[in-house]
Amino acid sequence: MAAVEKCEPRTESSGSRTEPLIFEESVPGRRGVDVAGGAQSIARARDLIGSELCRADLPGFPEVSEPQALRHFLRLSQLNFGQALQFYPLGSCTMKYNPVLNDEMAALPGFANLHPFTPPDLAQGALALIARLEAILAELTGMDAVSLHPAAGAQGELTGLLMIRAWHDRQGRRRHKVIIPDTAHGTNPASCTLAGFSVVVAHSERRGYLKEADVRRLLNDDVAALMVTNPNTEGIFEPEISAIAAALHQCGAQLYLDGANLNALLGVAKPGDMGADVVQLNLHKTFSTPHGGGGPGAGPVAVRNHLAPFLPVPRVVQRADGSFELDHNRPDSIGRLRSFHGNFGMMVRAYAYMLAMGGDGLALASRVAILNANYVRRRLANRFPNASAEPTLHECVLTHDLEKRTGISTIDIAKRLLDFGIHPPTIYFPLTVPGALMIEPTETEDRATLDRFVSAMEQIYDEALSAPEIVKGAPHTLALGRVDEVKAARHPILRWNPART
Amino acid sequence: MEIPPGLKYSKEHEWVATEGGVATIGITDHAQDQLGEIVYIELPSVGDKISKDDPFGVVESVKAVSDIYAPVSGTVIEINEDLPESPEIVNEDPYGDGWLVKVRISDADDLEDLLDKEEYEQLVSKERE
Repeated sequence: MAAVEKCEPRTESSGSRTEPLIFEESVPGRRGVDVAGGAQSIARARDLIGSELCRADLPGFPEVSEPQALRHFLRLSQLNFGQALQFYPLGSCTMKYNPVLNDEMAALPGFANLHPFTPPDLAQGALALIARLEAILAELTGMDAVSLHPAAGAQGELTGLLMIRAWHDRQGRRRHKVIIPDTAHGTNPASCTLAGFSVVVAHSERRGYLKEADVRRLLNDDVAALMVTNPNTEGIFEPEISAIAAALHQCGAQLYLDGANLNALLGVAKPGDMGADVVQLNLHKTFSTPHGGGGPGAGPVAVRNHLAPFLPVPRVVQRADGSFELDHNRPDSIGRLRSFHGNFGMMVRAYAYMLAMGGDGLALASRVAILNANYVRRRLANRFPNASAEPTLHECVLTHDLEKRTGISTIDIAKRLLDFGIHPPTIYFPLTVPGALMIEPTETEDRATLDRFVSAMEQIYDEALSAPEIVKGAPHTLALGRVDEVKAARHPILRWNPART
Repeated sequence: MEIPPGLKYSKEHEWVATEGGVATIGITDHAQDQLGEIVYIELPSVGDKISKDDPFGVVESVKAVSDIYAPVSGTVIEINEDLPESPEIVNEDPYGDGWLVKVRISDADDLEDLLDKEEYEQLVSKERE
């Protein structure tokens, strides 16, 4: 067996790696591109665009040469932390590797150059891809129909809630409340408010999951739905989910299952079998499309048959001859959700990923994701115990006693991880766990990477006891040291302003 | 952790001082300590009606965004105008200059459900276990 590699913090000094703002590199009169024809061409462009849309001047606009601009942005990109460069165990975000094959498929000219106004008869390949991807997602979730329109998880939530609202309305009743557990993602209550519901909080107490009896106590004929993430944000499978679904249905309410953490369930369990009426998924989490700054996202929503008439328009439907067309004639639909058909490039990537993995591959991915999270939980148990005694699925939520013992808080640990070349996990979430560190390694990391992470966490814990100033002052090796997050939030400066420099 | 006598407390960590049918409402020292440095506060407008146990404002720290729940029902008659510009006052002086709103109480019975100093102390020590 190979020796376990110890993770060493970087020691290189940061001073040489800072990069000036591009405004500060500006030299008056310098140009990256010379327009052919000079002033004449600019005048012609002004005529074509309309002079009322053209600015006379742009004070402070940086004037740099092409190599200056290229080098500036390339150097900035080298200061990045990212999934393509570092281990990135950001809990509940599923920052799994984005396969290069996905990008290659999305760049195929037939997909990449497809104009959104192309008539359906000339876009059969793209429509077939949408229909097939919907079918795969329906199979994986155990649901009946899928819409790929929502541009992100939160828009998927809104779509699902609007459909639940429309379904209640259709039956001539108005319900105002949605129950949400205290472990929920922050987007859940926000989506409820946007959809016109008010939120009732269900407490998971310290065991980390919902009890059917607690949900039943909150049920009445004003409750439209329960919105729950499963596995939840503590990485725990909701063991009473089926009984909770039955209790909801008995009182005429719906089960909205937030599929943000579906990466634990592929080929293992289906939300449809748990009694879910609506599920939203995140292609940019579970299905390996880019996430964060690399997005955009895609938050498909899957429903049971009784909600299918309410799905957003247009729907991709198959004609008798096997070809595809767009159906706008859906009188019960909640309407159009966004322009065109959603973030199509992400659908191509997710479809490529699914075909490359196959059904067995996806099931294996979920199992390895669970294995990796459990490995981290077990290896760190002495210093960073898991918040709950329940079994861990795709992510573990750890806590620690350092704040009480030394005053070192979770944010200090997160900052110090940067010196080890590791992106910090999600911190202070869920709110139910004090000083939470929410770690989701995903299936794409090998054991050596996990061992290096464990080694870094162990060293930081020990440093916090022996040399707390090192942790408190971290990061020491990045272009910027500890930034003043409080000042940035209280007095944000969102624009460069020449008067300030 | 400071828990002054003479105030009423809610389970959601607000404090209430009453005088002549008017309740002054703020968040407790424990609440501001748990939130950490507060960077943004959203308050209702004067004239708004608030209902007991429903959120009436939002407090945001670098760690989290939390609703502020109404400990009593009533009509907002004054808000602390200094807080939008200087939310740190709530961290520095939660029971004094960091008050949030003044409310004309619509039902004095609401006060009966609130905790006194000893009961709130118990709640906090249970949470800190």
